[in-house]
Amino acid sequence: MQFDEPETEHVTAAITDEETEIDMPAKPAIGVRIGKVAAYLASYLQAVPLALILGFFFLLPILMIAVVSFWDYDFAGLYPDFLTMNYTDTLGSWVTWKTYLNTLKYTAMVWGLTLLIGFWVAYFLAFHIRTTTMQMVLFLVCTVPFLTSNIIRMISWIPVLGRNGLVNTTLIEMGIIPAPIEWLLYSDFAVVLAMVHLNTLFMVTPIFNTLMRIDKSLIEAARDAGANGWQIVWNVILPLAKPGIAIGSIFVVTLVMADFSTVQVMSGGQSASVALMMKNQMSLLQYPAAAANAVVLLIVVLLMVAAILRVVDIRKEL
Amino acid sequence: MTTENKTPKRISRRGLLKTGAAATGAVIGSGLITGFPTIWAQNPITLRQFGTGVSNINAIAEKCKADLGITLEMTATDSDAAAQRAVTQPDSYDLADIEYWILKKVFPAGVIQPMDIKKLKYYDKIVPLFKTGKLTPDSVIAQGTAPHTVGFVEAPGDKTFAKGETQYFTMVPTIYNADTLGIRPDLVGREITTWADIMDPAFKGKTSILNIPSIGIMDAAMIMEALGNIKYADKGNMTKEEIDATIEFLIKAKQDGQFRAFWKSFDESVNLMASGEVVIQSMWSPAVAAVRAKGIACKYQPLKEGYRSWGGGLGLAAHLEGAQLDAAYEYINWYTSGWVGGYLNRQGYYSAAMGTAKEFMSADEWGYWIEGKPAQGDILSPEGKVMEKAGAVRDGGSFEERMGKVACWNSVMDEDRYMVKRWNEFIAA
Repeated sequence: MQFDEPETEHVTAAITDEETEIDMPAKPAIGVRIGKVAAYLASYLQAVPLALILGFFFLLPILMIAVVSFWDYDFAGLYPDFLTMNYTDTLGSWVTWKTYLNTLKYTAMVWGLTLLIGFWVAYFLAFHIRTTTMQMVLFLVCTVPFLTSNIIRMISWIPVLGRNGLVNTTLIEMGIIPAPIEWLLYSDFAVVLAMVHLNTLFMVTPIFNTLMRIDKSLIEAARDAGANGWQIVWNVILPLAKPGIAIGSIFVVTLVMADFSTVQVMSGGQSASVALMMKNQMSLLQYPAAAANAVVLLIVVLLMVAAILRVVDIRKEL
Repeated sequence: MTTENKTPKRISRRGLLKTGAAATGAVIGSGLITGFPTIWAQNPITLRQFGTGVSNINAIAEKCKADLGITLEMTATDSDAAAQRAVTQPDSYDLADIEYWILKKVFPAGVIQPMDIKKLKYYDKIVPLFKTGKLTPDSVIAQGTAPHTVGFVEAPGDKTFAKGETQYFTMVPTIYNADTLGIRPDLVGREITTWADIMDPAFKGKTSILNIPSIGIMDAAMIMEALGNIKYADKGNMTKEEIDATIEFLIKAKQDGQFRAFWKSFDESVNLMASGEVVIQSMWSPAVAAVRAKGIACKYQPLKEGYRSWGGGLGLAAHLEGAQLDAAYEYINWYTSGWVGGYLNRQGYYSAAMGTAKEFMSADEWGYWIEGKPAQGDILSPEGKVMEKAGAVRDGGSFEERMGKVACWNSVMDEDRYMVKRWNEFIAA
């Protein structure tokens, strides 16, 4: 439960950092020396609340997790120690590798699909809807499913996809298929479908935001220069949408990497994900093993985020 | 994660210590425990009970308050959390409501004190299954952590269990039952007689087993043995080789697509069965009742190899002494005196002292739940809901037929950690 939060928080932290750093140069410098000191202190003072919040609710827990990951344990308790056992057990088992591979597979598929769907939804909203009011209305419509909890949104797929579910019954009654399709539910298909459903909005929002900021005259200029529709999308819009795509990707990747409930419910407990492995360990009170897993996952996700940021500079202003 | 449902919390720990001291005086003054209700009503006493089984039942706490004047403060947890709490916070409870396999894990830590059977009023009425391991003199003793194997110690303070019946009883049984496979009689299309039937290719993609390692492995063992793949020395305490063989068998079945899903919680098992995703699966008795309550045919199918059984009991915390200890004995004597037994039997569980429980059940209820006779009228749950219509017969029949055919008990293995590790591989495979 705790472990899926740090990554998202990291993202928010990155964004907040960006904002504060942009804000700072705007501060007027005061000539007097005392004023300078005061301003110097004031900026620190202004940073204190955020530093405290991040320190207590973000850094400290992560530090605790890192420390506990080296401890010893049995069913009765945790014993402070410095053992690498939790790491060697985790990294030395083929289950871990297979589980990571499986999680990465989900991440790649979900990322690809949410990007595809998210980009075109955002594109439609930004360029094909004429009035801003209508754009906002339709954007809010996109967020309507988020008014219910994601567990409900996920579980509601079960009666749709089940053996005697909506899709199968309809197809059989229409005479399209002779017997129910088994792989609709409790399969990788079901997991990816639910994850795409849950996470596409996280792609739509930042991409929509960047597309809205594209200067329409750039598109006109491209058209004047003889570019066709696809060339405009490929050579003008897509490059300018990169920061939005990167932010959306960070959201989707971190959320999918840390997911456990969707995988468990939609695969019927037949597939594993990294976070599910941690949850299993925690339910058996093997906290240090779960902590070691969390540290490994954190490192992997940070590397992925770093890779995304290396490819795209999300601070680049349009 | 750990769910904690705290019920009556009228008296703080501090208050308890104060009144506890006062109660000691009162007990000494009144010539020990005789006419019980009055004393506790005048000097209110609280007992803190935590655990997995009956601690979920508020009606017991309410009735206990009314009959004895003892306030029961109940906390329900899952089994792993219960084991941990029993050992690490021995002062945080007065009564441990835990399963027998948990007792095997926690008792050596010295946190539970055995009971003197001379102080247990209804000790003679307790079902012999918990004393000798035999329900009837000619029953076969089941494998696994059978309650009688952890039921006695030679003397207070001992950390190892006694071989046979002694004066010191570790826990008084609370609830127990026999688990088997649940089936959809309308969808299986044939007679189900053995645990091996779950592996029938005809049910490919329509079966499920539970994903709780310590119990799932036992169900798998029952299946393995029924198929004739292996003969375990003790299903409840497998060797590494036996664990490997069992897990590899499961992995192969999983990859062949035999299972539709694995369930972890009660409601998941109910939904799998009710929606028809699964037609045969490991199941718990109340889950079968829940499927039937939706008007869907579901049967708790007795199988020729026998049942996998589980049971829990109440143990006294090591720190109990004086008035509190007396109150705890008082509570346990009340517990076995019949009302609770009747209540639990009517829920479909079995209780410790059947003889006393009978007096608190109607002849029809006793006939249906315990003797396996057809119900004369509608069978009601303790809350008054209709559970079965007149004419229904309990799956598996009478108490003797069910509890007499236990093949193994839920248990904790010496190779527990290895087993859990391999089980995770099965889920990931």
